[in-house]
Amino acid sequence: MPTDSLKTSTPSTASNGAPDAPVLKGSEIFVRALEEEGVDRVFGHPGGAVIKIYDAMERIQPDYEHVLVRHEQGGTHAAEGYAKATGRVGTVLVTSGPGATNTVTGIADAYLDSVPIVVFTGQVPTHLIGNDSFQETDTTGVTRSITKHNFLVRDVDELASTIKKAYHIARTGRPGPVVVDIPKDVQMDKSTFVYPDEPDLPGYSVPGKGASRQVQRAARMIEEAERPLLYVGGGTINADAPEHLTKLARKTNIPVTTTLHGLGAFPETDDLALGWLGMHGFYHTNMAVQNADLIIAVGARFDDRVTGDVDAWAPDAKIIHVDIDPSCISKNVYADCAIIGDAQKVLQQLLPKVEPKDTEEWLAQIDEWRDSCPPYEYEQPDEDLIAPESVVEQLYEKTQGEAVMVSDVGQHQMWVCQYYKFGRTRSHISSGGLGTMGFGLPAAMGAAFGMREGRDLDVVCVSGDGGFVMNAQELSVAAAHGLPLKIAVLNNNFLGMVRQWQSLFHEDRFSHTDLTSTNPDFVKLAEAHHCVGLRATSPDEVGDVIDQAWEVDDRPVLMEFAVPKEEMVFPMVPAGAASDDMLTEMFSKEEMAKE
Amino acid sequence: MSDEETLTRQQIRRKRKFGEPILPEEEDETDQKHRHIIAVTLENTIGALNRVTNLFSARGFNLESVAVGETEDSSIARLTLVTVGNDRIVAQVTRQLKGLVNTYDVTDLTDAEHVERELCLLKVQYTSDTRPEILDIKDIFRGRVVNVTPETMVLEVTGPNKKINAFIGMMQEHGIEEVARSGQVAMHRALEYEAPNPLASSESEVNDNGSSDAN
Ligand SMILES: Cc1ncc(C[n+]2csc(CCOP(=O)(O)OP(=O)(O)O)c2C)c(N)n1
Repeated sequence: MPTDSLKTSTPSTASNGAPDAPVLKGSEIFVRALEEEGVDRVFGHPGGAVIKIYDAMERIQPDYEHVLVRHEQGGTHAAEGYAKATGRVGTVLVTSGPGATNTVTGIADAYLDSVPIVVFTGQVPTHLIGNDSFQETDTTGVTRSITKHNFLVRDVDELASTIKKAYHIARTGRPGPVVVDIPKDVQMDKSTFVYPDEPDLPGYSVPGKGASRQVQRAARMIEEAERPLLYVGGGTINADAPEHLTKLARKTNIPVTTTLHGLGAFPETDDLALGWLGMHGFYHTNMAVQNADLIIAVGARFDDRVTGDVDAWAPDAKIIHVDIDPSCISKNVYADCAIIGDAQKVLQQLLPKVEPKDTEEWLAQIDEWRDSCPPYEYEQPDEDLIAPESVVEQLYEKTQGEAVMVSDVGQHQMWVCQYYKFGRTRSHISSGGLGTMGFGLPAAMGAAFGMREGRDLDVVCVSGDGGFVMNAQELSVAAAHGLPLKIAVLNNNFLGMVRQWQSLFHEDRFSHTDLTSTNPDFVKLAEAHHCVGLRATSPDEVGDVIDQAWEVDDRPVLMEFAVPKEEMVFPMVPAGAASDDMLTEMFSKEEMAKE
Repeated sequence: MSDEETLTRQQIRRKRKFGEPILPEEEDETDQKHRHIIAVTLENTIGALNRVTNLFSARGFNLESVAVGETEDSSIARLTLVTVGNDRIVAQVTRQLKGLVNTYDVTDLTDAEHVERELCLLKVQYTSDTRPEILDIKDIFRGRVVNVTPETMVLEVTGPNKKINAFIGMMQEHGIEEVARSGQVAMHRALEYEAPNPLASSESEVNDNGSSDAN
């Protein structure tokens, strides 16, 4: 079919569409539906089961850009990074079988972190489904427990409406990943193309405002509290509610602590900001939690990395829980006042109902804790090595909080949370729920693509030597698209976080965590992928390397920093311990001796 | 007891953990296990049933019975689940069920006035000596004979779970060859008719969405 005939309408006799709706092949419907959906970018990788769609893309030349990732896991993480940085839905297109299974880690990651992505997978023709055919996997079966919802499209007549539903489900309520599995014959069959205005989802409802009685009750609880604390999670950012949250905190003088995903929801330079809490949160923050008499949780789910021993968490506090997902209420921690609704709407309802509070005494008490155990003070190592924390601090100085910081998983991720002062919403991207090594680079790449669409911030990726190589292949993609990514690899030649646990809890038996002799040469690795590679091995080189990196603006720069393997993340609440049972730097040595 | 006087859930747990006494009325009973019967209406499509049962298996719950069938509307199926579990966790799973895209309605009927029925087909051996007794028992349980051969007959009985168990128990000594049970189906009892009160005001609290305020 010639290209130009696709957009001119072919009169249709089919009953399912408007009289002048064009009759198109499934593959063409797919391409056009994404255009209708306003998709800007698709991260994908072709294969036999989606070759028809790729062909249609080539013929139609749609409005969106396709990015050829080098591994489908990279594609899903890139879509996540794109979604988190822009607030839009990320789109992935892969083939059946191995293409689909390669996306599983990214889908699971998006599920736990409530990231809106839609993953389209090719499938073997419907008559071969269930026959163990070539490159067949039961994709909807495999992804059922890690998606918000998934679809197998069995009829081309349902393709456009299914795509409409998929984007709607991914984006609304508690966001999450949606998989749409499209058999090859559905891509070849024809149907009239009508993209519905509204999704037809009778069983699906999205909470809006909170119940007014509960909001009233929350306002009363806030009024009565003496030691209140706002505990803010990523749901606040998903609901575009940081501004409202900031207003509430400032009006009531209630201090704010954020989860890993909440970072950026409240300016950390504010006097009321306590930084983050939980396993590697600050001492004063966790003490504030443990001594609070009221905790106002907004879009946070009481993850065990936050609560530690749930039974001993915030023992004196009543709990107000604002969440869009009813199943999150009282899941881990009992909520005395539950408000189901959109965080932005609930905060808007709550704001006029609260009065300014005098919390001076409580804030003074928190300051006392802060003074008694200030955030861990690191030392520059003597040898030719760099304190990893200082790299993060210098990245902060360079960007002044005006960057999107993407981290991989490990010690460096914790240092980013502790030493970077997030001032903007959607400026921190990390894998919190699944803790996926290999997330950082592709997610940063996705975020950098997102920066081309409206926002213009530097995108910085901080990674460890272990995690970076898990998806290093995506460097070529970032280079091919001229993304000015700044990548800092904190190279301790170890799987650092595991080493830390081995050191603290397994008597220094460093079982299979040493990468010293097997790590690649990161500078060469970067260069091999058409990126710029830089290396700093002593503290005085750090600033130079960062400055040089910021001079490159047409391709990614990888900065390798040689850091000591012995450095640990403190403070630390050992897994399952009470939140005030922290190993701080001061006690760590004794605690270790006790072990 | 007002809000202010009750202990928080954390405090109760903490007290229990440290062996401190908890007054009986404050004891939190949500951690006990009970039998739950849950009715779910859902879209009658591929995968919908699987999503529902998956939520249970993902949490390590065994489903004692699952009965599913179309309703008066062929696009909607109705499912009755029976599970035994910690009340708090079942309540949590129920909320998750409600959150599924394919489900319309989820009701835990356990504590509501409800009718519960199960159908049982039972194949039993008989001789001319045992035949009268078997037929007697069948009558007591208001069963029917649905198939008969010179050595065996198939009986059909419906009733609540306990009745079926009792019926199977009674048949045991006669040599049961096969039992097939449908699993429980259940629904709310029709509410008693209440004459509308012309004096009732319409002041009952309604939230901003216009729906009832209960969470
Ligand atoms: C895919 C995956 N495999 C294993 C782990 C377990 N894990 C968590 S942190 C970590 C070490 C990370 O090492 P590195 O990337 O060098 O970062 P560092 O901790 O040294 O900063 C490992 C192996 C994980 N989170 N994800």
